[in-house]
Amino acid sequence: MSFLERFKQLDWDDIALSIRSKTASDVERALHKEKRDLEDFKALISPAAEPYIEQLAQLSYSLTRQRFGNTLSFYIPLYLSNLCANACTYCGFSMENRIKRRTLSLHEVERELAVIKQMQFDNVLLVTGEHETKVGMNYFRQILPLIKRQVSYVAMEVQPLQQAHYAELKSLGLDAVMVYQETYHPSTYALHHLRGNKMDFNFRLETPDRLARAGIDKIGLGALIGLEDWRADCFYVAAHLDYLEKRYWKTRYSISFPRLRPCEGGLQPKSVMSDKQLVQLICAFRLLNSEVELSLSTRESAHFRDKLIPLGITSISAGSKTQPGGYAMQEAELEQFVISDERTAEQVAAAVKGQGFEVVWRDWHAAYSG
Amino acid sequence: MLTIANKQFESRLFTGTGKFANRELMTKAIATSGSQMATMALKRVDLNQLNDDILAPLIESGVHLLPNTSGAKNAKDAIFAAHLAREALSTSWLKLEIHPDPKYLMPDPIETLKAAEQLVKDGFIVLPYCHADPVLCKRLEEVGCAAVMPLGAPIGSNKGLVSRDFLEIIINQARVPVIIDAGIGAPSHAAFAMELGADAVLVNTAIAAARDPIQMALAFKLAVESGRMAYEAGLATQVHHAIASSPLTAFLDQ
Repeated sequence: MSFLERFKQLDWDDIALSIRSKTASDVERALHKEKRDLEDFKALISPAAEPYIEQLAQLSYSLTRQRFGNTLSFYIPLYLSNLCANACTYCGFSMENRIKRRTLSLHEVERELAVIKQMQFDNVLLVTGEHETKVGMNYFRQILPLIKRQVSYVAMEVQPLQQAHYAELKSLGLDAVMVYQETYHPSTYALHHLRGNKMDFNFRLETPDRLARAGIDKIGLGALIGLEDWRADCFYVAAHLDYLEKRYWKTRYSISFPRLRPCEGGLQPKSVMSDKQLVQLICAFRLLNSEVELSLSTRESAHFRDKLIPLGITSISAGSKTQPGGYAMQEAELEQFVISDERTAEQVAAAVKGQGFEVVWRDWHAAYSG
Repeated sequence: MLTIANKQFESRLFTGTGKFANRELMTKAIATSGSQMATMALKRVDLNQLNDDILAPLIESGVHLLPNTSGAKNAKDAIFAAHLAREALSTSWLKLEIHPDPKYLMPDPIETLKAAEQLVKDGFIVLPYCHADPVLCKRLEEVGCAAVMPLGAPIGSNKGLVSRDFLEIIINQARVPVIIDAGIGAPSHAAFAMELGADAVLVNTAIAAARDPIQMALAFKLAVESGRMAYEAGLATQVHHAIASSPLTAFLDQ
């Protein structure tokens, strides 16, 4: 049994239609319940819920404060390599883009870590393109122990791996893995993943099952908002979360909300999500699930991020560079996507504190890993 | 005066250090609460430097530190973390928290008992966070825990003493102090816990997430004092009906 079986029972068109046909009274019922289910979530992300945005935000704010307090966790991505054997229409690392490629050596990783530690970070997300032979298990085996010596909480966003490999990486200190399905619509998925292993929709879809079975502490889910009807895609994310939480009760989960941004290749989103709709979505996730971590990257602008922070977000990146070697060296032409919040980590921390939140740089001890 | 492992506490209110909007608010709230012992998560502090921005103000305030193992999912990890903490912070006091379930943060009774037994042997003063399970509390007492910390309600829920009936059994049976931890959401809950005969309460979210944490800290201080005073004064029995003039036994006097 994996999520694939559950997935096969879901019908995209039925779901999209059911979301669109939710009414104001469905929304009000969902708002007034103490515990909400996936049907309520549909109502909360539906067009019918847009006029209720302030109520959603108020509820989301108070649920988030109760669980997470007046705090916000900080993490930073560390790009290790932009080598990629996939051709994906939306990504700057796509093998078809003629950009400079590099993979950081152990020595270069040390240099990046030195800068990252100086910024106070203790929670790092390792990012690579997907290149099985050059940036695969052998590379991860070398790099993880090195990073774990300096950083308490280590997350990864790389190609999907086998369960046994995840278990091995866990023993080397890996704590969390982000694996976004991009879109849960198989034929749209096929349109955007043209070459390489990433074409395998099902293998990716079953990755969170493998991760949880390998005992990874935290799994990050999400859809690349804009590839398909965002409401239906985000419903699938919620259904995926619901399935995982019930099956793997020892795992933590986080949800991310990447919206399509301009990058080399310049793909235009099929479904455009407004700022207001992103607020609606974040609040809807919080109302569905008071405990799940909600994460926001520097894809969003500084101004908008500052406004979003109190509404339900629990963890943000700051001071990010999206190219390998970006912290110690500066070579902008290697980057995966253009970041919109260009403030330094210190500036973001000051803005967060200015809004009455404590920055949590450290929330893990390596004794709990492995 | 409350005594735990030969240490005396005038205040029966223990506090947490998480969820505050800033460090200054945290230290002021703790000071206002009168609390003499505050718990802090090992995972939130840098054990390698005592000038860590959470540790330093706590150490300076003079409050007794109660490091906790929140984040540990099993006995092995908790024991390892406890030893690291003892070495770095020079304290044998430990709030043992093991919750493998990150959603509801429910304490694992089996791993907690295992870890408690080992840590007592290793010379720790162990205060285990546990379910309001009377048998488990007796077992924890038997392996040498210095106190037990049963929950009133799910952690962070602010729901009060939903486990009341079990807490009463625990309080009646215990030969070590009973500190009610988790779920206390309002000063009235704290006062009620003290009236039931709890030796102390531990409060975090209800203070840290209040609109005015400092005022709320004071409110809890007063509630705990008043609840304790009421317990010591001996509460009059509650009755839900008028007492009839001996209709069943009047014949004895005839």
